[in-house]
Amino acid sequence: MNVFILASLIEPGVGLIFWTTITFVLLLFLLGKFAWKPILSAIKTREEDIDKALKSAENALRDMRELKAANEVILNEARAERDGILKEARETREAMVAEAKQKAQAEADRIMGSARDQIQNEKNAAVAELKNQVAVLSIEIAEKILKSELSNDDKQKALVNTLVKDINVN
Amino acid sequence: MTGSIAAIGAGLAVIGAGIGIGQIGGHAMDAIARQPEATSKIQTAMIIAAALVEGVALFGVVVALMSK
Amino acid sequence: MASKISTFKPFSSRIFTVFALFIALTARISAQDHNEHHEATVVNDSIGAVDSMAVTTAAPMDAAASHHEAKEEAVDITKVAFEHILDSHSWHLWGEGHDAVAIPLPVIVKGDNGFTFFMSSAFHHDVHGMNVVEVNGDRFVNFEEKIYLASEVANEHGQFLTFNQEGEVANAAALDLSITKNVTQMFISVIVLVLLFSSIAKSYKSHGVTSAPRGKQSFFEPLIVFVRDDIAKGNIGPKYEKFVPYLLTVFFMILINNVFGLIPIGANLTGNIAFTLVLSVCTLIITNINGNGAYWHHILLPPAPKWLYPILIPIEVVGIFTKPFALMIRLFANITAGHIIVISLVGLIFVFKTIYISPVSVAFALFIDVLECLVAFLQAYIFTMLTALFIGSAVAEHHHEEAHGHTAEHH
Repeated sequence: MNVFILASLIEPGVGLIFWTTITFVLLLFLLGKFAWKPILSAIKTREEDIDKALKSAENALRDMRELKAANEVILNEARAERDGILKEARETREAMVAEAKQKAQAEADRIMGSARDQIQNEKNAAVAELKNQVAVLSIEIAEKILKSELSNDDKQKALVNTLVKDINVN
Repeated sequence: MTGSIAAIGAGLAVIGAGIGIGQIGGHAMDAIARQPEATSKIQTAMIIAAALVEGVALFGVVVALMSK
Repeated sequence: MASKISTFKPFSSRIFTVFALFIALTARISAQDHNEHHEATVVNDSIGAVDSMAVTTAAPMDAAASHHEAKEEAVDITKVAFEHILDSHSWHLWGEGHDAVAIPLPVIVKGDNGFTFFMSSAFHHDVHGMNVVEVNGDRFVNFEEKIYLASEVANEHGQFLTFNQEGEVANAAALDLSITKNVTQMFISVIVLVLLFSSIAKSYKSHGVTSAPRGKQSFFEPLIVFVRDDIAKGNIGPKYEKFVPYLLTVFFMILINNVFGLIPIGANLTGNIAFTLVLSVCTLIITNINGNGAYWHHILLPPAPKWLYPILIPIEVVGIFTKPFALMIRLFANITAGHIIVISLVGLIFVFKTIYISPVSVAFALFIDVLECLVAFLQAYIFTMLTALFIGSAVAEHHHEEAHGHTAEHH
């Protein structure tokens, strides 16, 4: 009995071959037309969409990067400009300060000079005044002394003597 | 009696396939251990090779079955 | 491959576990059914023999009964296993002999008077050639699920058949185009596939391609993409697009029938050589009608010295056929072997005639069933991938002249 069973295990049945051929070809046709075609095209479309989206995202990223780079350049320029302006301003300020200082110095020097001249003049005037005063005072003192010295005869005589003595020597 | 001889034939076919698939599996393990990043490729190749070896063994089994 | 599959791994593994448990349980239940009906069978079968004799006036009753009793002394696991694996004219659900519950299927056979049609229930579950069905002037008997033209009188076992010296049936076999169990399952699987994938296609249309896949779509889309990218694109090359529908159809047809075959009452379609024969012949045809100049050049003018041609050309020509032949045998033998192992493990209970062996049987059968779930995928994958590989080798643009020149220089 096993002989029959084994034979029918290996031996393909005509009926099943017949039906399988018909069914499989039909299945291939049906699925090919109603399932695989729309599914594969849908998957493909989606993949293309995703690709497109990815590419556009990449493009956007690149654009953004470019924009960022451009911004950077502009920013750098602005920074450089700002630095330039600041530097210029500083220089101007320094120049102004220096000029002001110089002017102030010159003014001060001038004021000092004129003050010194005035002081000199004042001093000279004061010295002259003093000299005059001293001369007057000296004359007065000398007068007073002379008056007191020459108040008595003895002293006059003595003086004459001395004076005469001096003359004699000469 | 012929049945038992067929069984011996099938057994011999299975020994061969066992050795073959064992070698494939073992070497695939080696390869995966060496290069874990290529695991999926190695697995695919391993399955194909194992299927081919197994196919030969199944031929043996079928021939054993056919010799009634 | 692993990376693709791992994306839906948790989901599929859960399904597999549930599925495997279901298989194990139903296998146990059907095994118990066999057990219960075992004692009753002897009696019933002899009654069956009486029935058929009443209709056809045949050999002595005790001869038929003794013939059956000899068969039923022990449960023949091989017989049970092969009954499950082979095609049959009715869809057997459970029970044995006349208690058997089976869905009758149409029988379409061609006798001497052309094609006739009747339901398989007309045979009254007889597979020993004892019950003659007379339709349209032709007389048919079913012997081991093959339909023969019945002899005029029964032999000493009550069979309307004559056997030759080697014990083979000498009666003429009827051309049998019946809608058998396997054909029925094939129709069911085709209906399931068409409904499933056309509904998926519809959901692509209705939800558009911009939304994420949902439901069935999200389960099958990775598989479809896997077949398209890893199998078709990887093995065929730039001209893959034309072959994707064929590869997808083959893949899902084999997969669904592998899975149906794992269900205990399901038919073993992918483990039937006729089915795998048709698929591999399709592969053979598609490969060869798409073979380009380089492919035929390689076969008819192989890159070898001229004096080797008488040996090489026949080898190459035979090689055209051995590759699909290997596909046929591989799928058939893998699935059949898996089923035999599961049934044999359950059969251990009847071989040892004790219920205490059942935990071992069930544990091993469960293990093998889980393995078979993997094999169901793997064999569908391997069949499809090797088909793609063959097509790829036929359509690839070889740089053949170069290789030829090099080998010629070496010699």
